[in-house]
Formats: sequence, C-alpha cells, structure tokens
Amino acid sequence: MITKRIVPCLDIRDGRVVKGLNFQGVQDVADPVELARFYNRAGADELVFYDITASVEGRGLFVDILRRVAAEVFIPLTVGGGIRTLADFDRVLKCGADKVSVNSGAITNPDLIAEAAQKYGNQCVVLSMDVKRVDGSFHLFAKGGREDTGIDALEWAEFGVKSGAGELVVNSIDTDGVKGGFDLEMLDAVAVRVDVPIIASGGAGNMEHFVELFRHPAVDAGLAASIFHHKQVLIPDLKRYLRENGIEMRL
Amino acid sequence: MIAVIDYGVGNLFSLSSSLAYLGLDNMVTSRAEDLQAADRLILPGVGAFGDAAAKLRESGLFEVVKQQAAAGKPLLGICLGMQLLFEKSTEYGEHEGLGLIPGTVEALRPDLADQSLKVPHIGWNSLQIIKDDPLFRYIQPGDYVYYVHSFYAKNCAANTLAVSDYSIPVTGVVRAASVYGTQFHPEKSGEVGLNLLKAFAEL
Repeated sequence: MITKRIVPCLDIRDGRVVKGLNFQGVQDVADPVELARFYNRAGADELVFYDITASVEGRGLFVDILRRVAAEVFIPLTVGGGIRTLADFDRVLKCGADKVSVNSGAITNPDLIAEAAQKYGNQCVVLSMDVKRVDGSFHLFAKGGREDTGIDALEWAEFGVKSGAGELVVNSIDTDGVKGGFDLEMLDAVAVRVDVPIIASGGAGNMEHFVELFRHPAVDAGLAASIFHHKQVLIPDLKRYLRENGIEMRL
Repeated sequence: MIAVIDYGVGNLFSLSSSLAYLGLDNMVTSRAEDLQAADRLILPGVGAFGDAAAKLRESGLFEVVKQQAAAGKPLLGICLGMQLLFEKSTEYGEHEGLGLIPGTVEALRPDLADQSLKVPHIGWNSLQIIKDDPLFRYIQPGDYVYYVHSFYAKNCAANTLAVSDYSIPVTGVVRAASVYGTQFHPEKSGEVGLNLLKAFAEL
C-alpha cells in the first residue's frame, strides 16, 4: 500500500532557515543542512525547500545548501522559489533537487509548465498554488499570496495538470497560519478536478488535523513548517499516531 | 568501480552521492571504455522511454550495455533505466528497449483495479518480496521504497523478485541472471535504498 506523506517545508533566506526556533536535538536550527538531517532522521517522507532570497549572493548560498543536503539526505527533495525559466529548473536539478515547484513563474508564463514537463518529465514539475476565497469562489493569488490574479483556482489547477504538472501543492491562504486545521473544503474542490497527487498546505496546528486531512482519500501529503520547526508536533509521534488511526505511514 | 551511465537523461547527482556516501567507488560516465572497465553498471533514467532509448543509442552505449550485460557484468537499471531493460514500451508509440529481460512496459492507468488512485504513482510503497535474492540481503519484506512513475513493467512474472501493491501488483524489482532493475529509486528511498545499493555492490 502506498503511504500518505509528511512533508516539512524549509523557507530559506540568505542561507538560513526562516522561523527556525527552539528545536531540541538540533544544534543550529537556522542551519538548513542540520535541520534537513534532523528531519530525515525523524522520518520525514520528503523535504521542500523554498528559496525566499532576493539577492544574487543568497541564490548562490541556496544552491550550495541544496548540494550539501543532497549529498547526505536520500529522500525526495522539492525546490521552489524564484523558478521562472527552464534555466532555473536546470540550476536546482543539477544540485540534487528531484522536483521543482513553480508558482508565480507559471502565472507570469503559463507555458513554463508544459515546457518543463516536456524537458524533465511530469514527475519533476510541481504546481504550487496560493488560493483564497473571494466572493464565494476560489481565486489564485500571486506574489506570495499578496496579489489576487482574478484567475479561478480550480480552472488553474486543471490547466496546470493538463499542461503536465505531476503534483499540486494547494496552499490555502484562508487557513494558513491559523493552525485550525487544513482547508478540507478547498482541497476537496481541487481534488475532483485533477487526478495527480495533492499536497495540502496551510492550517496544520496539531496531530488531529493530519488525521482529518488523510481521511480525505484524495489528499496524498501534508505539508507544514512552523509546527515542525517549533516542535509543536514531532514527526515520529505524528506518524505513529496516524498509523494508530489506520492511516498508512512509513515508520 | 561502479559506472553510473550518463546518457543525457536525468540528474545523477543523488545517485552518485548515495554511492559515495556508502563509500563505494563510482564514476558518472558516458565513455564505452569506462563501462568496459567497471565492475558494475548502473543505468539510471527519468522522462519518456522513447526519448531515453534514442539518447542511449545516440550515445553509442546501447550495444555496449547489452554486451556487458551478456558477459555477466552486474547491471542495475533504476526507474526508467529499469524499464529500458525490457523488450519494448508503448509510451507514446512503440519503442524498442535493450531486451535483456522478457516483458513489456505499459501505462499504469488503464490497468489499475482502483481507478480512483492517482497516476503518476508517486510516493512510498511497501515492498513484497516474491523471490528472495542476495539483493535483499540488508532489507526486510514490507520495507518502504520511493516510487515515481506512470508506466510499469508487465508480462514479466518469471523475472519478478518483488512487487508493490497499487490495487494491482506493480513490478518493483526484476532480475535476469546478473541484470537487475528497480522501478523505485533506491537513491531516494532512505536507509532501505542505501542498503539495496550496498547489496548490489557486493553481488
């Protein structure tokens, strides 16, 4: 049986993990390599790295980190942030990324999805979308969730998958940071439109939220950052708890 | 020395890193001499079958791999590299593979018993060992490995060592003499994958 996946997400700026606080068992919580090592030992099923750097120097640091992580952490690595061209895909794939996540870059240039899928395969292209309810429908947001594109998010999901995206990350702006649970309504609405794996993001606050999430068969993975970084939920405990609740997990 | 065959398909950084991590001497190479001199070969690959088979031919390594395998040199195909070991694939037209293992590569979608399952088959799935083998020396039945694929090998029961359940048994590990293949990615399957690579290096 295939398992559901637990995916910690590391936002990286200028070579350091953003929001990495108070973590037992990790010497330097802001060191991405150290944190990746820790999550790997804890049983994370995959890791996501978002490059939120603006500077050229920061970008160089980011690929260097990626290379160091890929040299010793042998689980799938997804990389996103600032992916606008095929050259950006190339840059991170050469450093050990397995999948590349596109967000704003695909909104600006929708052909990027098909071009990347053709060149690197569907499995390599992850379409990440920030979604918020506006007047009763789901809108796609750009620029880190700051700008309403006016695009219908469900149509965008369908377009993305038809163009060749092999996975979707659905980040609900409505539930993000609230820690009241994942946006199940939004996830279900997306899931009926596509047949590729869906990674849920935004809203995880406790272990029960993951149980609720995975009772929705269409959701394949749960992504979170701060609850893992802040040790509110420990991955080994979470995975055991999910398995006790009848959810297939890799332990 | 393990030669990781570089024929312009996919990213070999993780594979080469995982071998280095295990302390195994390895070389990413596209030179026929290196393949001939190596003790073992690994044929990686991602993307589409037809494209990869064409690139392997263009690189001039198609026949070299066949000859080396026929001479009994241990060969491990990974993911698309495993699919290339078979006779043919129906991914976007019909394409000829290396023909080192009898069987064909076909789309997963129409064969799935449960049509609500996602394709690509992406994620960690447990391995059911059908025939024990030295390759499994350091792993246990039920261990999880990481898959990502939309096509799979079929009509190859006689050569299948392990499968994973995805509403149908999906071919996971195959073998014909010294030719091995894994549909999953050992270099992305954590400790289990490393243990499998270690066993391959000891064959």
